[in-house]
Amino acid sequence: MIRFLLLFSRQGKLRLQKWFTPLSDREKKKVIRDMTTLVLPRPPRSSNFLQWRDLKIVYKRYASLYFCVGLEEQDNELLALEVLHRYVELLDKYFGNVCELDIIFNFEKAYFILDEFLLGGEVLETSKFAVGATMEEADTLQETMEEYMSKRAY
Amino acid sequence: MPAPIRLRELIRTIRTARTQAEEREMIQKECAAIRSSFREEDNTYRCRNVAKLLYMHMLGYPAHFGQLECLKLIASQKFTDKRIGYLGAMLLLDERQDVHLLMTNCIKNDLNHSTQYVQGLALCTLGCMGSSEMCRDLAGEVEKLLKTSNSYLRKKAALCAVHVIRKVPELMEMFLPATKNLLSEKNHGVLHTSVVLLTEMCERSPDMLAHFRKLVPQLVRILKNLIMSGYSPEHDVSGISDPFLQVRILRLLRILGKSDDDSSEAMNDILAQVATNTETSKNVGNAILYETVLTIMDIKSESGLRVLAINILGRFLLNNDKNIRYVALTSLLKTVQTDHNAVQRHRSTIVDCLKDLDVSIKRRAMELSFALVNGNNIRGMMKELLYFLDSCDPEFKADCASGVFLAAEKYAPSKRWHIDTIMRVLTTAGSYVRDDSVPNLIQLITNSVEMHAYTVQRLYKALLDDISQQPLVQVASWCIGEYGDLLVSGQCEEEEPIQVTEDEVLDVLEGLLVSNLSTPVTRGYSLTAIMKLSTRFSSVNRIKKVVSIYGSSIDVELQQRAVEYNALFKKYDHMRPALLERMPIMEKTATNGPTEIVQTNGETEPSVVESKHPPPVTQPTNQANDLLDLLGGNDVVPVIQTTMPTKPASAGGELLDLLGDLSLSGGPAPAPAPSVPTSQPSFLLDGLSSQPLFNDIAAAGIPPMTAYNKNGLKIDFTFERANPNPNIAVITIHASNSTEADMTEFVFQAAVPKTFQLQLLSPSSNVVPALNQGTVTQVIRVLNPQKQQLRMRIKLTYTHKGSAVQDLSEVNNFPPQSWQ
Repeated sequence: MIRFLLLFSRQGKLRLQKWFTPLSDREKKKVIRDMTTLVLPRPPRSSNFLQWRDLKIVYKRYASLYFCVGLEEQDNELLALEVLHRYVELLDKYFGNVCELDIIFNFEKAYFILDEFLLGGEVLETSKFAVGATMEEADTLQETMEEYMSKRAY
Repeated sequence: MPAPIRLRELIRTIRTARTQAEEREMIQKECAAIRSSFREEDNTYRCRNVAKLLYMHMLGYPAHFGQLECLKLIASQKFTDKRIGYLGAMLLLDERQDVHLLMTNCIKNDLNHSTQYVQGLALCTLGCMGSSEMCRDLAGEVEKLLKTSNSYLRKKAALCAVHVIRKVPELMEMFLPATKNLLSEKNHGVLHTSVVLLTEMCERSPDMLAHFRKLVPQLVRILKNLIMSGYSPEHDVSGISDPFLQVRILRLLRILGKSDDDSSEAMNDILAQVATNTETSKNVGNAILYETVLTIMDIKSESGLRVLAINILGRFLLNNDKNIRYVALTSLLKTVQTDHNAVQRHRSTIVDCLKDLDVSIKRRAMELSFALVNGNNIRGMMKELLYFLDSCDPEFKADCASGVFLAAEKYAPSKRWHIDTIMRVLTTAGSYVRDDSVPNLIQLITNSVEMHAYTVQRLYKALLDDISQQPLVQVASWCIGEYGDLLVSGQCEEEEPIQVTEDEVLDVLEGLLVSNLSTPVTRGYSLTAIMKLSTRFSSVNRIKKVVSIYGSSIDVELQQRAVEYNALFKKYDHMRPALLERMPIMEKTATNGPTEIVQTNGETEPSVVESKHPPPVTQPTNQANDLLDLLGGNDVVPVIQTTMPTKPASAGGELLDLLGDLSLSGGPAPAPAPSVPTSQPSFLLDGLSSQPLFNDIAAAGIPPMTAYNKNGLKIDFTFERANPNPNIAVITIHASNSTEADMTEFVFQAAVPKTFQLQLLSPSSNVVPALNQGTVTQVIRVLNPQKQQLRMRIKLTYTHKGSAVQDLSEVNNFPPQSWQ
């Protein structure tokens, strides 16, 4: 299973964090620090894999963002690259030519999309279209401002 | 109170901050506003505020005061609220806080909600961060949803079930009925998550595994359809249909086929098909090939298929893509134990990877290279590895040096080669060598008796060049202290002897004492070395002077040593020669890699390990005295033999696994099992004696003899002479058993008269097989400086036909050549 998924910028600023195992805040901060320290200085033409503690780390850079996952021993690293790529494609489809700013200003949407693609550290949906369709439908359920104001919460 | 600012507005504002301090100020202001808003129990803006809080949390600021608010959002009717609420729960809450349990009821309600997207939110949250208590409470709901016909919910329920099983394995059983028709689904999402669920169950329970084996034909069919089916736009990735599903199926097949002939056979064809037909131009194809190779290697595949797999890995190694090369090296490392010969064929490619620029690849290649070293390729491999050691990054040097020492110890073709290799490592990567390899190396050098002159000469020359690398300096000082007389007398046989005077040697050693580069430990080594030379050199006065100077050294260790040595000169001068005489050959009780501390069973110790005790140089003699006392003073000095069965049953691969522990499989070898070498490289159970350390010793044509022959147990002695030191006789005992039953727990002990010294190395086994089917061999080294007639008392213990047998015997019929 995937233990965590992190998105961070070239300056090491965190843009997204998804944890699939329970960790304390301190531990999470340590992981983030370690990942940025390990991944950012890598020369451009190195392999996308490295070993960290007992996990396999797979990372890929898309424009100004680094996508980084921590895998367990029996997971397939090459496939993880495909998983990252698929997530970027989903973001791209939803936002239309996605860039880092989209993810910064609409981070909650990025999370919603991620939650339709991965669950519990495993791939949930393998169809390219299903996730987009789900998001569209779910977005319609989100109340407009008027609906939101008039509807009772409880 | 004005409406709280919107989320995007806040983000924009915070991003305008030019300094960290400015940002912090903005955040604090906003947090204060949010806190008061929460206090007012404002339903309208709660969602907006929590969303802002989540943003600030991502920037690294504390947000725990929003936890309860997330729960309130989850309980709300509005979908917008629920979405943010559940997101907040996943980000801010975790099972360590009891607060999370308050979610359970909400989730339960939402799992039964009329809107599938609400149900989806609940399933997602439970599946990502559900604690064991929550899982226990809600497993029933998840199980219900696993049986629904709604594929959107079914796939989420499947992964949620996986999480539940991971948290509470006992609940696995309850999901079994729901798995019945999972694989007949058409929906890929459901199929994929079902395969994940089945995999999880099979990995955790052998019963489940057996139960699900019947699914192999169905899985094979699904996989076949994926490969053969035409283009499916929604699942296509670079021409391959749903690679995610393909890989997961291959992984499940791996688990189902392992150790099961029928399943393995059923999947043979499809594996061959995937292996040969998958397009390799893109990463996605290689991902599938990679998984296929792993599966082929793990199941009981036929040999043709295995060869195909290894060849795929070999092709991977030549691929331009670094990721593929890395993955190939990783897989080869996994398979090198089981398919050693096949991997050997790719050795040259692997060695080339040592020169790769990529750090991850270099590391893998190094580990794999060490795993591939064996007696046949040791010279070539070592050349490459030493070259790598020269040029690699510092992060590799320590591991590489350790690996080189290990490999050299196991497979050294000659003593001289071994010493040269050690020298090379010490001089090129000396500062990275692990500290505890120094005692190991000293011991190795001591044991290579005929190489002493050569070794000390080379070490001396190395010291002249460079005194900054502490391990090298320590080993060199120790050797000079021991063998300084050989150095000065120019006795070297292996290479051109150098001319060096006593004063020059003392200059070097004193130089070490004063140099800033020397650590306190090194200074200790050199002081003791100088002291030892007082019995080997004639310039005693100079040594006395040095020693007395350091009697007032600030370093307590040095001071203590100097004071004690001084005392030796003044009050115990008559004992000095005996105390400082040449070290006897050290025994090795267990084969340890250079990364572990050598246990020398207390009899002998390297003279300079950091210790606060009186110079351990005195210990050997003291120990010998103790043994005599134990025996009640008869004139035979028994030698404690090397502890036998707690040896490492180190298969070549295991010992060279730099990442794992150097596993010494403790415990005596099981009694009935003869210690047959496994299919590992020909490395027997015992450490030193299997080494061809004695191969270059001329067997001086001494006739063998029978030392003992009683009750079916026959013990023959064969002799070798350790050139050039004619004082050491090397005897190999061969124990054979002509009775019908094995002799187990066989222990051979020997004792020699006081004027001799005896060293007993580890036996090849402790079982003497019946009917002369094999022999137990053991090596005895006897030091006979006074050239007296060799006599030996032997004691044999073994278990035969259930009863313990013990016997004592004298051996007097040694051929004269063995001791003259």
